[in-house]
Amino acid sequence: MTEATVQPLTALPAGKGGTVSALDLPGDVRARLLELGLVVGTHVEMVRFAPLGDPVEIRFRGCNLSLRRHEADGILVETTP
Amino acid sequence: MSADLLTAQPCKPEASRQRGSRQNPAPKLVVLTGNPNCGKTTLFNALTGLRAKVANYAGVTVERKEGRLLGDSTAPPVTILDLPGAYSLSPQSPDEQIVRDVLLQHCKDVSAPDMVVLVADASNLERNLYFATQVIELGYPTVIALNMMDVARANGREVDCARLARELGVPVFPMVASSREGVPELRDHIIGFSINPDAHPIGRALCQLPPDFQAEVEQIARWLPNRRKGSNARLSAAEAVLILTDERYLPRADSGESSDLGEKVRDARKRLEQKAIDWRTAAIEARYACVGAIHKLVVCETLSLSETPSDKLDRVLTHKVWGTLFFIFVMAVMFQSIFTLARIPTHLLENGIAWIGSGISRLLSPGDLRSLLVDGVVAGVGAVMVFLPQICLLFLFIALLEETGYMARAAFLMDRVMGKVGLHGKSFIPLLSSFACAVPGILAARTIEHPKDRLVTILIAPLMSCSARLPVYTLLIAACIPDKQIAGPLRLPGLVMLGLYTLGIVVAMGLAWLAKKTLLKSHMPLMILELPPYRRPLIRTLFRHMWERASLFVQRAGTVILGINILLWFLATYPRNPTVENSYRTQRHQLTALAAAENPAPRQLDEEKLHAKLRELDKQLAGERLRGSFVGRLGRFIEPAIAPLGFDWKIGIGILSSFAARELFVSTMAVVYNVGSGGDTDEDRLGLVQTLREQKRSDGTPLYTTLTGLALLVFYAIALQCAGTAVVIFRETNSLGWALAELLCLGAIAWAMSFLTYQGGRFLGLQ
Repeated sequence: MTEATVQPLTALPAGKGGTVSALDLPGDVRARLLELGLVVGTHVEMVRFAPLGDPVEIRFRGCNLSLRRHEADGILVETTP
Repeated sequence: MSADLLTAQPCKPEASRQRGSRQNPAPKLVVLTGNPNCGKTTLFNALTGLRAKVANYAGVTVERKEGRLLGDSTAPPVTILDLPGAYSLSPQSPDEQIVRDVLLQHCKDVSAPDMVVLVADASNLERNLYFATQVIELGYPTVIALNMMDVARANGREVDCARLARELGVPVFPMVASSREGVPELRDHIIGFSINPDAHPIGRALCQLPPDFQAEVEQIARWLPNRRKGSNARLSAAEAVLILTDERYLPRADSGESSDLGEKVRDARKRLEQKAIDWRTAAIEARYACVGAIHKLVVCETLSLSETPSDKLDRVLTHKVWGTLFFIFVMAVMFQSIFTLARIPTHLLENGIAWIGSGISRLLSPGDLRSLLVDGVVAGVGAVMVFLPQICLLFLFIALLEETGYMARAAFLMDRVMGKVGLHGKSFIPLLSSFACAVPGILAARTIEHPKDRLVTILIAPLMSCSARLPVYTLLIAACIPDKQIAGPLRLPGLVMLGLYTLGIVVAMGLAWLAKKTLLKSHMPLMILELPPYRRPLIRTLFRHMWERASLFVQRAGTVILGINILLWFLATYPRNPTVENSYRTQRHQLTALAAAENPAPRQLDEEKLHAKLRELDKQLAGERLRGSFVGRLGRFIEPAIAPLGFDWKIGIGILSSFAARELFVSTMAVVYNVGSGGDTDEDRLGLVQTLREQKRSDGTPLYTTLTGLALLVFYAIALQCAGTAVVIFRETNSLGWALAELLCLGAIAWAMSFLTYQGGRFLGLQ
């Protein structure tokens, strides 16, 4: 068994995903992401990066969202290799 | 602005009850609400037909759409209000603020809803249920319109509607609103409700909050003002949850909340923190726990699709290379059509207007009334109509992009580029359209949800060099810029043209950056954008969208633009100098009399000569009249202000007249210099260019030097000399202040840049 690692969602390559462990973000953004369903324990996938690397597209609970890099950087996910 | 639409609607719940007891009851108010992209507007259209009224909510630029429910004429009337899309009752945008205010009965110009139709997307049920359960818990008679059943099925999801209705405690209507499937059943249900409202189940509490949190909620709810109709207790409890979780909450005196409520909320939060409950997230997490459980019970995955068709399409359309190429292609097609294709209907309209004008001219004898009708009213109506082809085409495109879901992808692709200057990815299309015309461009900024991003986009849109500037650029470049070769195929006139477009963009980007840094600083630019699945658009929805935009423009902006045009006609026509008029009349008579006396039997050639002479005289009279009019006097009045830019008072007349439409500079200068209409034919244009080159200052040096030309071009590239744009800014920002500030600000920048060009050039010894 390998240890689960916690890292920012944006550190994952496109197409990979993990389980949300925390949202290290300012109040507004955090509240909105939570309300959209990104609560702790949700599976979230890093879908793709825009042509210039920012923003990024993520997917959870069957819907796709685009958000800016510095916001996505605050989404911490747990991955098991 | 929008309150007038509500004349049939009582403003207060009490009034509604009074009316309800009369012979002819007030219509029941049914609100449609749901997440963005759930097909709410499609359902609204299916329920109300083609007679929706569109306006703004009082004080904000959020669109308000309402219509009468189609159907049984014997049943009591029902008004359907289509609320903007919302993800939650904790607002993050003006749209969501309106949804919350209407549902919590805080909105002064909307009466309390009698029934709520919650539209949910079956293909994305879990996220939709979050908002749905929030709304159900408000305690209104509620029904769920479970839309996009076809998409859910195609994605391999079966929804057990009977089970969902049981779990939520309200009726559920499965439907495909785009093909009207399931819509008649919902319509019948609403009609049934309007006949017998009391039989309908009302929403109940669904989600289990942590007990300590629940206790605090009940405390706060008790302090909320008691002023509602319907299930008061449920509404207060729901609002208390929202207040407790909202970091930015401040008591609202206008809603009757006492000022010590803020204190009580702070105390409650402190108590929760002591019990290690995060008041910011507790309610959200509890709701997702509840929603997740319901979702598991009612949705059955029949097919496990790793990738929906929409995902496959996205692989290409948001691809680094193919996606970018496709985006450029779409934008090029869109721009070409509003720039080139729109000219065909525009020409037809112009010809039609000219035909009406000449028709009136034939019917009436020459005089002030004819001039008012032809040059004031008909030309003014024309000035409004010419915007319509571009507006219609652009909004047809925008509707297509929105309805297919591509708009969000375009914003995704452009966000980084626009973000460099603090703009939003969605600012791209409004700004691009502004190169054709700022009026549709500014209207298109409605697609930007964030109010500050939207405002900045509106304010910089007029700096994009629009097609009305082209005739001015062409004339001045031909007259003032020497046709020198610079390098290879590059020639000076072409470079100047390119420079003017660039100048507008650079000033716009600078202003946007400055505005975002100072005046419109927002603490956190929220750029969370849903990328909805691709959908096939409905043709009727596209045209309906286009029609609404065009008619709104005519109603809201058209009337003001017409008024300004008539005012400008007045200023350019009066006062008349009787001495001048008499002297020309005498000269005309003399010419005709002379011709008659010399040739008792006039030959063809002499006839033509006489007409040429008379035309010459008419041109002189027109020039004399304009120079002596109010506009002429204003030109002289502003001469000291524009002299440092190298302009004389005649150029001042051109600048002032351009306000009706920039391209009028060309024809105005032709009248000022006694060369008639100008610009109608190539010959006229060459004549005007020649005339400009011949103009001299009082000291005998040429007036239209390269430097004067450049200064004037720079002025035209920046200044907001367009009544249409100014009016649309006023209407779209809902503020005369912003429109005037924009007018002055761009005027000042234009002046300063022209000053630098002219005086800097002179300092460097250029001529």
